[in-house]
Amino acid sequence: MTDTRWDVAPGDRPALPASERSMSSGVLVYTIGLLLAAILTATSFWVANTSAIWAPGVPAGLAVLAIAQMGVHLVFFLHITTGPDSTHNVLALAFGVLIVFLVLAGSLVIMANLNENMMAHGEMMNLQMQR
Amino acid sequence: MNVLVEVDAVSKAELLDVSEAGPAPKRIIAGFGFWIFLLSDIVMFSALFASYAVLAKATAGGPTGAQLFDLRNAAMETAFLLLSSYSCGLMSLAVESRHRFGIFFGAVVTFLLGAAFLNLELREFQDMIAAGASPQRSAFLSAFFTLVGCHGLHVAIGLAWLVLMMIQLSMRGFQQVVVRRLHCFSLFWHALDIIWVLIFTIVYLMGVLP
Repeated sequence: MTDTRWDVAPGDRPALPASERSMSSGVLVYTIGLLLAAILTATSFWVANTSAIWAPGVPAGLAVLAIAQMGVHLVFFLHITTGPDSTHNVLALAFGVLIVFLVLAGSLVIMANLNENMMAHGEMMNLQMQR
Repeated sequence: MNVLVEVDAVSKAELLDVSEAGPAPKRIIAGFGFWIFLLSDIVMFSALFASYAVLAKATAGGPTGAQLFDLRNAAMETAFLLLSSYSCGLMSLAVESRHRFGIFFGAVVTFLLGAAFLNLELREFQDMIAAGASPQRSAFLSAFFTLVGCHGLHVAIGLAWLVLMMIQLSMRGFQQVVVRRLHCFSLFWHALDIIWVLIFTIVYLMGVLP
């Protein structure tokens, strides 16, 4: 039995025996995270500026890169893991992501639908948002 | 190399049952509570993102994002914030090993990079307002200033908090409560960087697409 008995605090590295835990490996984790995040950021800026990619696919590509980078930040900077000592943190995060998704997708769907329906009336044109 | 061990985790057998373990230490409770606060903050940002996404095209004949945004500026802001997140991570390692000089050095670097980010953002706002693109101009600009300004406000609060923590650390030393607050600060700072990832993607990069 080790002394690991509770969930780790969010942002704490997973509890390890003292022999395996060292300053340098911590630095390495942050450095890998920084490099991955820098690569993803640079790719995002390249994707937005290049003409090498089929234009309608660019927003989807940017979204994928942003989600990947948020994942990198969560794993390497905030040390969110799938381990059993991190369950509560991950559950709270999953709930937060669910609410964020509902708010974003709900607003966009409802407003797009509203715009669509108002488009039918010519006399209402000046009331709707300019597109 | 034990990097994999670092990002992986302990096995289930090593964990005691909750009822046997008793209440968790205050550090874990405080960290988890702050985690919940951060998630609620992110939910608030999601509402601002939703209003921005809905209003992004509502320029009322005024300037559009493609005319206003300078991607070079956004890239520099991104680099400053990412590097400050890295130095903040190194600072939290120094806190773990109670390395006083490392903490102050990390804090100074984090503060300077955060201040450089804020300076660029404020200058960008000034230039936009001077060019007639103020929040009153259109719904798009109102949403833009609310979203990006709210993030900037968080960064400013984070900088003030960092200064306070350094004062506390030099006056009170490594007391439990000071270490806990430093831990919460690093969570806050990393979360701000995550929100910025969404801002530079949705506002700046998608805003300049034809």
